[in-house]
This record gives sequence, C-alpha cells and structure tokens, in this order.
Amino acid sequence: MDLGSFLQYLISGLTIGSTYGLTALGFTIIFNATRVINFAQGEFVMMGGMLSVFFLSAMGAGLFPAIVLAVTCTTLAGVVMERLVIRPVQGANVINIILITIGVSIFIRGLVMLFLGKDTFALPPFMGTESLNFFGATIIPQSLWILTITMFVLVGLRIFFNKTIFGKAMLACSFEQKAAHLVGISVDRMVMLSFAISALVGSIGGVILAPITMTSYDVGILLGLKGFAACILGGLGNPFGAAAGGLIIGVLEALGAGYISSAFKDAFAFIILLAILFVKPSGIFGKAEIERV
Amino acid sequence: MEGKKGIFSFLIFVVITFGFPWMLTNDYYLSILILSGITAIGVVGLNLLLGYAGQISIGHAAFFGISAYTSAILTTNYGLSVGTGIFSGIALSSVVAVIIGIPALKLKALSLAMATLGFGLIVYIFLNETITLTGGPSGFVGIPRFNILGYDFYSDLAYYYLVAIILTFVIIISLNIINSRAGRALKAIHSSENAAMVMGINVARFKLFVFVLSAVFAATAGGLYAHYLSFVAPSSFDFHFSIKLIVMAVLGGMSSVWGGVIGALFLTSMPEFLRIYEELETILYGLILILCMMFMPQGIVGGIGKLSGFVMGMFSRGGGRNE
Amino acid sequence: MNNGTSLLKCSDVYVRFGGVMALSDVSMDVQEGTIAALIGPNGAGKTTLLNVITGMVAQTEGSIFFRLDDLSEAQPHIRSQKGMVRTFQNLEVFSHMTVLENVMTGAHNLYKYSVLDSIFKTPRYFSQEKKCREAAMEKLRFVGLEDDWNKNAVDLPYGKQRLLELARAICGDPVLLLLDEPAAGLNPKETSSLGRVIAAVRDELKITIVLVEHDMELVMSISDDITVLNFGQVIARGTPGEIQKNPEVIKAYLGSDD
Repeated sequence: MDLGSFLQYLISGLTIGSTYGLTALGFTIIFNATRVINFAQGEFVMMGGMLSVFFLSAMGAGLFPAIVLAVTCTTLAGVVMERLVIRPVQGANVINIILITIGVSIFIRGLVMLFLGKDTFALPPFMGTESLNFFGATIIPQSLWILTITMFVLVGLRIFFNKTIFGKAMLACSFEQKAAHLVGISVDRMVMLSFAISALVGSIGGVILAPITMTSYDVGILLGLKGFAACILGGLGNPFGAAAGGLIIGVLEALGAGYISSAFKDAFAFIILLAILFVKPSGIFGKAEIERV
Repeated sequence: MEGKKGIFSFLIFVVITFGFPWMLTNDYYLSILILSGITAIGVVGLNLLLGYAGQISIGHAAFFGISAYTSAILTTNYGLSVGTGIFSGIALSSVVAVIIGIPALKLKALSLAMATLGFGLIVYIFLNETITLTGGPSGFVGIPRFNILGYDFYSDLAYYYLVAIILTFVIIISLNIINSRAGRALKAIHSSENAAMVMGINVARFKLFVFVLSAVFAATAGGLYAHYLSFVAPSSFDFHFSIKLIVMAVLGGMSSVWGGVIGALFLTSMPEFLRIYEELETILYGLILILCMMFMPQGIVGGIGKLSGFVMGMFSRGGGRNE
Repeated sequence: MNNGTSLLKCSDVYVRFGGVMALSDVSMDVQEGTIAALIGPNGAGKTTLLNVITGMVAQTEGSIFFRLDDLSEAQPHIRSQKGMVRTFQNLEVFSHMTVLENVMTGAHNLYKYSVLDSIFKTPRYFSQEKKCREAAMEKLRFVGLEDDWNKNAVDLPYGKQRLLELARAICGDPVLLLLDEPAAGLNPKETSSLGRVIAAVRDELKITIVLVEHDMELVMSISDDITVLNFGQVIARGTPGEIQKNPEVIKAYLGSDD
C-alpha cells in the first residue's frame, strides 16, 4: 500500500470520525445525566445539517447566521424533547423509555421530511475550496475546519465540566443523583441542560460534516448508530473515550472501505459495534458498568 | 376463567377471519388483508419477545428479509419447490437467530436494542450490496407463487385462506406457550431475572428460545410475503420496517397475543385507506409510539380490557347496592 | 430437631468489590432441619453472603458445599435445581402474573413437560399443570393467601407480597430456604404471624432455613443457631441465649447502629 492513499484514508476517516465522535459525546452526556440512551441523538445531527441548508436557501440568511440559527433551533428541540416526553416518564422502565426516544427520532425525521422534502442537499464549504497536497494525499479545507471545530468543542466541554459550576453540578448528578439533590443541585435542570448540550454538540457535528457528505432527512439513523458504536467502543459513560471511539470508528471505516470493500463501508461500524458488545461490552477505554444490577 | 375468555376471543377471531372474506368483492381489500395477516404472523412473534419476555429487538425485519430472500433465490434460481424454499428460509433465519441471540441476549436492554439494530442494518446492507445474489436495491423479481403438492395459490382468496390458517396456528402456538410453564418462565424473566434464576429457570435458555421462536415466526411471514408478491426488495426489510413491527406490537398491546394481530391489521390497512396519510406516515408512527408509551402502555387490547373491567365494575357495584 | 447433619457449608469465603473487602474469611455451617440466623449491623455483608451462597455474586476465594456437592462455581439456576431457593430484601414478585401463577412458577422444575407438550396440549401437559396448580394452592393455603389466588400479584398489599414470595419459594420443595429480611416493612402483628409461618416451614415442611433479619425479637424467637457478621467478618456464633450475652455482639450493635 502506498503512503499517499493510506494518508488519504486516514484523513477522511478522521474527518468523518469527528462527527461520529461528537454524536457519541451527545449520547454520553445524556446517558450520564439520566442513564437513558437517547435514540434521537442522530436526528439532532441531521437537524444541524438540514436546518442550516434550510436557513441558507429558503430564508436567504448568510452561511454563518444560518448555521447559528440551525444549531440554536436544534438545541431548543433538545430542551423541548426533555420537557415534553422525558421528564413526565421519569422512573419508567428502560424499554418504555427506549421506545419513546425511538418515537421522537422517527417523529423528527417525519417532520423534516414533510417540510424540507426527501432530497439530498449540500451545504457550501465554510471557507476556501483550494485543496492542499500532503505527502500525496489531498486535504480539502473543510476537513481542517471539521478537525479544528471538533477540537474546540472538546476543549470547551472539558473546561465546562471541570471549571464551571454548571459543569461540576452535572458531573455530580452523573455520579449520584440523590446526593446531588441533597446539596441543592436541581437534578431536573441538569437533565434538561444535558439534553441541550447534547443537541448542541450533535448539531455542530451535523453542520460541519454537511459540506462534505451532503445531507438529507434520513442521515440521522446511520450517523446516530455509528455514534453509538463509538460510544460503546470508548466505554459508555466516558465522554472523551466516546470522542476517541468516534475517530477510531471513522478511521477503521475509511480503511475498510479503501482496502476491503467500499460497498460494505457502512457495515464496518456495525460489525465493530457487535464485536465490542459481544466481546467486551465495557468498551476499550472504560470499566464503566453498562447497567447497574 | 382465563380459559373461557381466551376461547371466546379465539372464536371471535376465527369467525371474523374465516367468515368475512366471502363478502369481499374488492380484490384490493383482500390483498390488504393478506399483507396484514402476513405481518401479523411476525408481530405476534415479536410480541412474545418484547411483550412477554421483555427483550427488545429493533432488527426483526432482518429475519423477514433473510427468509424471503433465501426462499426467493432457492426457488427462482435453483428451481427448488416453494415448500423447500420456505423451510430453508426459516431454517437459515433460526440459525442466524441462534448465532446472534447467544451473545446478544446477555446484554441489558440498552445494549440489546443497539445490537439488534446494528444486526438489522448489517443484513440490510448485505441485501443491498450482494447484487449478483440478491439483485441489489432494485429488488429480486420472478419469484414463483406459493404452491404445495401441486396446488397453486394463484387466487388471492386461496392465498388469504393459506395466510389465515397459518396465522391461526401461530396464535394457537403462542397462546398455548403463554399458558404454560415456558410462558410463566418468560413472564418471570420480564419481571425479575434474579428471581427467575432463583426459581431454577435457565434464563439464558428461555431468552434464546423466545428469540429464536420469534425469528421463526418472522421468517415464516417473510417466506409468505416473497411468494405472494413475487417480488422482494431490500427496502421492504429496512430499519423502518423493524420499527413498524414494534409500533404494531406497542399499539395493539404488548402483553397480549391479540394485540399483535390488531396492531398489524390496523397499521397495515390504515395507510391504504387514508391517502393523505402517506406523507404523514412516519410522523404518525412516531406519535403513536410516544403517546402509547406515555399514556397507554398496554395498547389497544389493554384499553379494551380496562374499559370492559370498568363496565363490569359498574355492574358489580350496581349489584352490590341491590343486595 | 437438630440431627447434626451439615446441609450447607461455606468455607473461608472472601468477596472483594474493587478495593472493598465485603466478606473476609467467612465460614458457616448450617445443620439440617434448623433455622440458622445471620445477623449484623447494616453493611456487615449479610446479603452479600446470601448472594454468594445462591450464586448471584462470585466469591473471590472460598467454597460453597451443599449436601455433598461443591457448588462454588455453579450458576444460580443450577443451585436452585439442587434445592436452594431464596427470597429478596427488595420484593421481587413477578408483577406480570397472578398470585397463583407466581407460586406455580416456583415449581418450575418440579412439574416438568416440554414446550411441545404445551403446544399440542398433551395429556402430560394437563396432568402436570393440574399437579402444579394443586401444589401451588396448597402453598397459598400454607401462608394464608388462598383467597387471593386470582388477584394480580402487584395488587396485593405489601405484607401479603412478602408472604407470596415465601409461598413461591417453598413451592419448589426446596431443601434449603434463604430468607433475606422477610420482616422488613412489616408491622409487629404481621411480623409475629410471619414468624409462625417460618417456624412451620421448618417443622412441618422440614425445610432448613437461613434467615437474614434485623428484627431481633423474631430472630431470637425462632432461630436455633445464630451467626453474627460485622464488617464482613464473623464475630460470634451460638444459640440465641449465648448471642444475647456476647459482649462482642453488644459492642458491634451499640457501636455502629444508628
């Protein structure tokens, strides 16, 4: 194998893996606050891309304002979802909650399909179209944008969780809700915040990827599931493990598509998912228990 | 008492199913009923898994698909008889169910949901991409119509009775299992795996049993589907179809065999009767799932049960006053 | 009553959870036909020991002998099939079933028939189900729940759910019954009638019992033998009379109980 194509696969893997990582981060944030896996996570990613396209073309907003609007709307959608369907069923059994979040996911998908149609859209690249050459591999500027923005999001979240009072309160909730409640943290508000943050992070993941892979109403299923694969790979409950898991899945998928078969590209992530679940359900970075006995 | 109520429901089902289609003059309605019946076979199976044993599968469309394609390929390309084809499809689906089920059923609800979802997508991708074998996204055509022992089920009415008879057997098998030692073991696993173990129930074995049984029912439906339409495409067995099966089970009522039948009939026929509905179908499925889980976790059958309980309660209260 | 045969033998059991030693060097011998109580302050490791005995928690070291079998590595359902059944501290009745079905489930391995028997409703199905039903009704009468047989298990009041768990546990004709705080949440009247039922399980059904319980009046009135755990270690064992006078035990209780 030559270095140029290997690097090419690596870069495209890291690029797409960033979105998987951000999706995975979203899963983890909600899981830590609520012990619920939000099956609608992929739809937040889809909304980021689709709403940006909508605000850009239909409303005639500039690219940057369109993106800000899209991310804001998705974040609000996260909050609304928590208030309307998650908070009222606190303490219901896991299967019921899984089914509710699946319901939300297809509901959102249906709405977007109804109003924005079934077509595939492209978002213009953020800036620059001139590709760079790097040891025989081509790097498009959007890849650099994706990697940079992902780094910023990760650093931002790290600071948020370690330095701010809200972030620390959320961490406290993830360890022990009752104790957090006793020291005066509003658990309800933290759960809502977790939905907001994970919708925010997910939609950013969707926005940055849209110029490269195009977007449509149904990209959320695959992105969501690959994000979950990343989550499991990194160890459920471990946010930065999840982000790393995303990059690993992205790279493995790109290498698999390049060297094995591009037709089965999408299957690789799920084969990895099944392999991890069946062999080491606690993930490669973590010893996090998946479910308390 | 349970027995009497059960027999009563069963009689109603038999009378409606076997007495009704004589009056149908419209072939279109008949074909909807056939598709509802085929789907119901799968949903009843899924309900045993989801409603009784409390194990989730978001990849059940895969078992429909594996069986439909196996039978289609064997009968069309290799000239095997339809009966052999369908049996091979069911056999392959059960083998796959065992291979997937053994590791997957060790997982708790969240991971099991994702594992079955991943499995379903892998099968879907496989059906799409192995073009020389399956015909790829454009589908597989020219599948022979169901025939057995020289009798061809060419007329829709004949096919309807075939499906109705098989559905009846599936219902009888399910009801008999539920009202037995195995049924109690499944319900016990649903309530508390720990307590079930303590009662000496081999939890892993019973979970696998119900998973494979539900796959067998799904596979039976898949075979009947392929040999009814003479055409299959991967998109019939995609993620949405898995979700649709769950919505049918949930809407009908998860802890009732009849719930699966009612859910399948309702959600297969509804879109055909309401044309505007097509655009809204996905949204409606989402809403049904959310609202049922929030407000009506026992589904339509549970609602009917509650209503009849309420009415009975009124009567017995009335009786109490008279005494 | 005590014929001196050892039924259950836990030897040198250690359980470590991460850095915490939940049980350390615990040995216990239960004589056939007795009620052996296991007491100790909260967090002493009583439930952990019950979990080890029934196979729900794996011991780090040590072994469990039941009759003459080494069951140290056996899965919970195997131990149950050998005659070891338990109840739970947090009620675990089967909520999707009626009272009678709950108890019938307890006899899962007593009245066996295959799935095919149930699908084809063979004579074997009917005869085994009939026997199972009769056995379950008898156990319901034994604990005094026969009038509630057709109710949904979850509709029973708390005290009755406790009795239901007991009926379910004895329906499999166990050799050894392990009760995890059966009197928790019961009022004094319910507790004393529960005590009579437990004693009857030993005396009439000849089932050996391991009893984990906080209610000292109950423990002292029905136990034949008491083992006291504190911080995962055995600090005393003896008859109720001996234990009540044991200074170590008194210190453990006064020193750490709130």
